[in-house]
Amino acid sequence: MVPKRDVLLRISDLRIEGYSDEKWVEIVRGVDLTLHKGEVLGLIGESGAGKSTIGLAAMGFARDGCRISGGSIEFDGMELTTTPESDLRALRGSRIAYVAQSAAASFNPAHRIIDQHTEAPIQYRIQKRVEAQEDAMQLYERLRLPNPGEIGFRYPHQVSGGQLQRAMTAMAMACRPDLIIFDEPTTALDVTTQIEVLAAIRDIVDQFNTAAIYITHDLAVVAQMADTIKVLLKGEEVEEAPTEEMLDSPKEDYTKSLWAVRSFQRPQKHRPKEADAIPIVSVQGIDAAYGKTKVLDDVSFDIYPGMTVAVVGESGSGKSTTARCITGLLPPTKGQILFKGEPLPPRYQDRSKDQLRQAQMIYQMADTALNPKIRISEIIGRPAQFYGGLHGAKLKNRVDELLDLIELEPSKFYNRYPPELSGGQKQRVGIARALAADPSFIICDEVTSALDQLVAEGILKLLDRLQQEFNLAYMFITHDLATVRSIADEVVVMQRGKVVEQGPKDEMFTPPHHPYTDLLLSSVPEMDPNWLTTLLEERGTDAIGEAADV
Amino acid sequence: MGDILQLVLKRLGLGAITLLVVSILIFFAVELLPGDIAQAVLGQGATPETVAALREKLGLDQPAVIRYFHWLAGALTGDFGVSLVSGERVSAAISDRFVNTLFLATYAAVIAVPVSIVLGVIVALLRNTLFDRVANVLTLTSISSPEFFLGYILILYLAVKSNYFPAIASLSADMSFGDLLHRTFLPALTLVLVVTAHMMRMTRAAIINLLASPYIEMARLKGVPPWKVIVKHALPNAWAPIINVVALNLAYLITGVVLVEVVFVYPGVGQLLVDAVAKRDFPIVQACCLIFAATFILLNLAADVGAILTNPRLRHPK
Repeated sequence: MVPKRDVLLRISDLRIEGYSDEKWVEIVRGVDLTLHKGEVLGLIGESGAGKSTIGLAAMGFARDGCRISGGSIEFDGMELTTTPESDLRALRGSRIAYVAQSAAASFNPAHRIIDQHTEAPIQYRIQKRVEAQEDAMQLYERLRLPNPGEIGFRYPHQVSGGQLQRAMTAMAMACRPDLIIFDEPTTALDVTTQIEVLAAIRDIVDQFNTAAIYITHDLAVVAQMADTIKVLLKGEEVEEAPTEEMLDSPKEDYTKSLWAVRSFQRPQKHRPKEADAIPIVSVQGIDAAYGKTKVLDDVSFDIYPGMTVAVVGESGSGKSTTARCITGLLPPTKGQILFKGEPLPPRYQDRSKDQLRQAQMIYQMADTALNPKIRISEIIGRPAQFYGGLHGAKLKNRVDELLDLIELEPSKFYNRYPPELSGGQKQRVGIARALAADPSFIICDEVTSALDQLVAEGILKLLDRLQQEFNLAYMFITHDLATVRSIADEVVVMQRGKVVEQGPKDEMFTPPHHPYTDLLLSSVPEMDPNWLTTLLEERGTDAIGEAADV
Repeated sequence: MGDILQLVLKRLGLGAITLLVVSILIFFAVELLPGDIAQAVLGQGATPETVAALREKLGLDQPAVIRYFHWLAGALTGDFGVSLVSGERVSAAISDRFVNTLFLATYAAVIAVPVSIVLGVIVALLRNTLFDRVANVLTLTSISSPEFFLGYILILYLAVKSNYFPAIASLSADMSFGDLLHRTFLPALTLVLVVTAHMMRMTRAAIINLLASPYIEMARLKGVPPWKVIVKHALPNAWAPIINVVALNLAYLITGVVLVEVVFVYPGVGQLLVDAVAKRDFPIVQACCLIFAATFILLNLAADVGAILTNPRLRHPK
């Protein structure tokens, strides 16, 4: 429990409206929130819960198309809802700072990192340029950025995502604010990078006794960071409690359901025992390159009918490139790919219609993978027509059947367009489109990583059911090990274009591991609030550079 | 920087190929014009013998393909042949005029480019206010009015009624620079009115397009004042489309000024071209067209390079 301290921020009965379909709709519906000096509050909920909107409102800011329509926001005795814009601006960056989800998108590509860092201190006349730069370098050092004296003089695109996220935290610290809003600061990062950023954020917030609102949809992450957790659903509070209490004994059903999401587990299958069993896809020693840059190095693995092989690794490890080689979008420079024992032509242009039909793909971003101007019936109908030669009533029946399979009511969805669907529904359409070709093998490229946990679980269950029904083989590309635990039969671990370890899931999750697998596994946040602290102690200085200096 | 140099060389090569294709089009388009050149030059009263003699003298009895290569070889060395009407060398006839056209274009550009970019930034800052709307209406009006009409209106009010500026922009060799600027002000102003709207609206659109970016929101959340958000955070990322529109308009200032030159009796290439077409003076027509095409290609090339140079990802590779 946090000791009683001065109240820094008190929000009461906050109401925020958003403009959509030519009318104002309430998206935050009467939320109360109290934050003391130096306290960290975790805001958690699915997308659309209003987390970010509330976070921004704490700065007296509403995005274009939103307005604060009621309630009060009192920051250190100042009522922000009635404060004129110019006075609010003077608070932002100096007393309340913001750390955005994607540092890569939130740093201006046209300016050097340190110039963006020093902008606020110079503007508020807190420091002169040289002092501000020196201070920035010290903050970079505290946040354990490599080459703290030099890194700020680079442009954002010259620095990695995890480093940028830490540089953005440093930037938020530039004026030593009383309050920082962290808006999903690690969501876009790999698990191994996430740890570094989490540790850095926690240290620096501790050191300067800064209060923070930590917004995330990841329970295990918020458990590491927050003193108190508030759960939100559709713009309303579900419950609020100190972190340990919330984790141990959530009161509301919704909170319990969030806690239970990671429990889905399907029985593991094993390879056929017969010696002459033929894998449906056999990747044999392939190399691949983009231009002169080699991205795959001697990658080999087999996928047997009806089984799920999870390919895991950080971004840049070559997971998606392997998929591109299998689909023939990127011909390998060496090695070959066998399909049911027959070599596949390296370029998709040279493959037969039947070869193309049998291997289908589902994408990460259903938003961009579906043409927004084409009806659902046509999106699903096209492959059925192209591969199956169906027309007229037969085609319509097939589309209805597919919609039934993905649990979307045909009469409701047949004539709709993708923008009218939710994220989970769009992903279901993506699955139906792959199924329409009647494939025997599907590549699932991070299909759940853009979705909320409950929705993602629905998709995983659907994929599992379809697999059993049609004996489908899946190549499941993911960086999320929780997903791997729930659905994989075999696991392939990739790092820098190479396969570092592969085997059945039960073996992969039992030690001893390859050191890289170990790093990946241990980096997945756990619900235990002491997980990060314990892990950092265990790893000492080797994994995250320098241990915390506090 | 090596990469950028390579890119520029590649674009230059492509530009040269484009120019070659254009030269073929120009040459054979002129060939397609009806009637016989020798006949047209000599008039209806000429005897068949004199027409045949002139045809032979001009090389018209040779096949078109061979004449094209002769012409191209000459053009590469700056020799566009002789005028059929005056007998003067084409290069000599064009060069003075071209300098005049360049002068007028530069004059207009020096005013129009800064004005439209500054205005574009201001209307982006004050978007959806009265100022924005008035600026939009005014610039749209000026871009929608034919340039000869704008020219006559300016002559009416600034020359005839008030006598501030001369209505006719004739030049003489002994004019001082100040005189020159004064005398050519009205044609330059007409051109400014024609091109400003386009550049200003593109500047506005390019900036507003970026205002939804996360880094703009970040700047606002750092407490950066609105004008600085636009000038420092949006504008540097908006240069590529702006530069492209500026280049297109500069090309227009050089190649599209025929009407303005006629209205103000200004001795530029446009007038020369119109005269040459009327008199069937084909060597001059061909040379003018080729120069115009080269101008377009060069300016677009400059725009491409400019757009690349303003992209930090290309300027500062990893």
